[in-house]
Amino acid sequence: MKRLIILLALLLAPVPGAAQEATAQFGAGETPFLIRSTTDIGIIRPVMERFAALSPELAIRYEQWGSNDLFEISRADCQEGRPPADAVLSSAVQQMVWLVNAACAAPHRSEATAALPASRRWRDELWGVTTEPAVIAYNAELLDAEDVPRSRFALLDALRERPGTFRGRIATYDIAESGLGYLFAYSDSLEATTFGALLEGFSRVDAVATCCSAEIISGVAEGRYLIAYNVLGSYVASAGTPKVGVVLPEDYTLVLSRGYMIPRGAAQAGASARLLDFLLGAEAQSLLASAGLVIDMDAEETGLPSSARRFIPLSPVLLVARDPNRRALMLQVWSESFRPAGTP
Amino acid sequence: MTDGRGRAGLSLTARVLGTVLVILLVGGLLVAGSIWWNTRAAARQSYDRILFGAASDIAAAIRIQQGTPLVDLPVSAFELLAQAPDDRVYYAVTGPGGALITALDPAHTVPAPDQPASAGATFFTGTLSGEEARFVRLSRSFAERDFSGAVEVVVGQTLRARNAMTTDLMLDALLPMAAAGLLLTLLAALVVRSALRPLDALVADLSRRDPYDLTPMPAEALPRELGVMLGAVNRFMGRLDGQVEAMRTLISDTAHQLRTPVAAIQVHGESAAEEQSEEARERALARLLARTRSLRTLLDQLLSRALVVHRTDSAPRTPVDLREVALEVMERDDQSVLRPEAELRLRIGDAPVMVRADAFSLQEAAHNLLNNALRHGQAPVSIGAEQRGREAVLWVEDSGPGPAPEVIAHLGERFNRSADSREQGSGVGLSIVAKVASAFGGRVEMGASETGFRAALVLPAEEEHP
Repeated sequence: MKRLIILLALLLAPVPGAAQEATAQFGAGETPFLIRSTTDIGIIRPVMERFAALSPELAIRYEQWGSNDLFEISRADCQEGRPPADAVLSSAVQQMVWLVNAACAAPHRSEATAALPASRRWRDELWGVTTEPAVIAYNAELLDAEDVPRSRFALLDALRERPGTFRGRIATYDIAESGLGYLFAYSDSLEATTFGALLEGFSRVDAVATCCSAEIISGVAEGRYLIAYNVLGSYVASAGTPKVGVVLPEDYTLVLSRGYMIPRGAAQAGASARLLDFLLGAEAQSLLASAGLVIDMDAEETGLPSSARRFIPLSPVLLVARDPNRRALMLQVWSESFRPAGTP
Repeated sequence: MTDGRGRAGLSLTARVLGTVLVILLVGGLLVAGSIWWNTRAAARQSYDRILFGAASDIAAAIRIQQGTPLVDLPVSAFELLAQAPDDRVYYAVTGPGGALITALDPAHTVPAPDQPASAGATFFTGTLSGEEARFVRLSRSFAERDFSGAVEVVVGQTLRARNAMTTDLMLDALLPMAAAGLLLTLLAALVVRSALRPLDALVADLSRRDPYDLTPMPAEALPRELGVMLGAVNRFMGRLDGQVEAMRTLISDTAHQLRTPVAAIQVHGESAAEEQSEEARERALARLLARTRSLRTLLDQLLSRALVVHRTDSAPRTPVDLREVALEVMERDDQSVLRPEAELRLRIGDAPVMVRADAFSLQEAAHNLLNNALRHGQAPVSIGAEQRGREAVLWVEDSGPGPAPEVIAHLGERFNRSADSREQGSGVGLSIVAKVASAFGGRVEMGASETGFRAALVLPAEEEHP
């Protein structure tokens, strides 16, 4: 009997084993509108509130998901024919590319989407709505300004010269858990030979691989970690703590644009397209900028030469990142270098 | 009339232009079809190469690790596939027995058709999540210590870029063609219009013409084809002109010739009525009778001339033996009326004297020659026919000296009655002979002969048929 109840509960649950981390409601209209996103509600709230004000007929339910769970539920919705969300916004763009490639997205064309550069648009079914660099974050109180590594080479040198200082106090995403972390690590592995050296260096100082941008940033702010590698600059900016400093690596800086997709068969595809056009519009972009989700990557603003900017383009090339063999190889190399968070 | 002409002109232009358009259209369609076929083949070939390149890249990245094949999926393969930037892609790598090594979506693989044993790479079409796609299958054989067998790579891609390339190439080729077609149509319109302009001018000329103006139309500047048509029109008008002229001549001749005799008859009749003495009345009546008889002859001649003029224009020309004409004329007994006492001789040979002409007209001509000889010449009178080289001659000869040379010079003129205006001499008879001669390409010859004066109708001889 108990077994049966569990079984029933499993059957009734929308996706067994996966669940949203948080939800929020915007607007009080008649029409339900569901958006699933990896973006923290706290960061994106002003933007969603503004959109809800512009679309009073909508009752927007905003679900915040972990990227891998979001991918799994979106894929399941698409392949099993369940009614999908009305919009999906994820930082793990390789997963979004996979979904679009699997014909899980609906096309949309407008002036705003046509104005996007080719690297931020694929098939008119996937669009990059934000501009966020992957940064090195550091605790400004514990680390002197001259000791802050400005590039991966400097970081490598620091790890080699002062392993004691950094032992157990370097943090980065757990790429098995975080789709975004995996994407950054994968992109690093394509970029340069420094990737192998970095892993080796991290391994030597027992770097911590952990989950979730917010947790890593708060760890840096609290002084548990001295340096966080490859975290999204937007989370640092939105954390609003002066203790955390940010460096755009001078050798190259990865720039991510969160992927927005209208799932095929979305009940409110029209509203979803409106939300996309709104997000790409000047008003939303400035709101996103103040939330730290849109960083001006011009050389005057960042001091970063254009040759050091690496935009992660929305293209089928990202499918390589999701390849099971490739992923297994990556994870194997990775797990040999890192100890899981919390274990000594 | 104007409307009919306009419609006819338009319809000819429209017909030619329509035909040109149809030819251009059919040609255009054929060329477009061939372009479509070629561009599709070109697009297919170039994107098949990309597919093959990507599959080769992936196949090259397969390695055997502890007895299991493993693919370190190369980014370059996908960068190659991204040459078709908006197309969805598919890949799957399977080991011996179809065991999946890696795939885009291990839960959903595309079944490949059975591969012929010899083929290195095979291309096939299928569907990729509901969209038509093209696939390539490639296999790589391993013979390692711990693994041996073939690993198969299937790479696929939807057709958006191919179709876009086909469309682009098509447009690139078709737009200039369409422009050229338009230009050709315009040129054709200009050419047709300029070609038909002489016809328009002709029609305008004809419609402007006075109804009695039958002079030939100028044909110098016309195209040859129109020249032929115009020639026919001109010939027709010439004949019409001849007929009208003949009619006019007949009327004016008849009026002219009849006026004097009719006036004379009137005078004789009046005098006969007024004459008191029986004897004088008898004389007047006799003169009246003679005048009336002469008038009848004149009328006969005028009608005969009109008939001859008409027949020379319209009667079909047949082979005629001049001897038979002479014989026929001989046998009429006119001379018994004119000069019953005169001796008449026929001088013909054994060989036929053939011409191509109208027998009736020839008889009339001969009859008039004979009558002239009987009336003005001295007996005996001879009639004969003979061939002289390439000419056939029908002649009449009398035994007198003939008329004076200045009279001969004016003989045959229609109104030649000033010199000899006796009632019998009208000049009509010789004018008939002259008309017949010119109608059949011959001439009239008059002159002294060994035995008298000879008047002859000389015609080109008909080549004798075997």
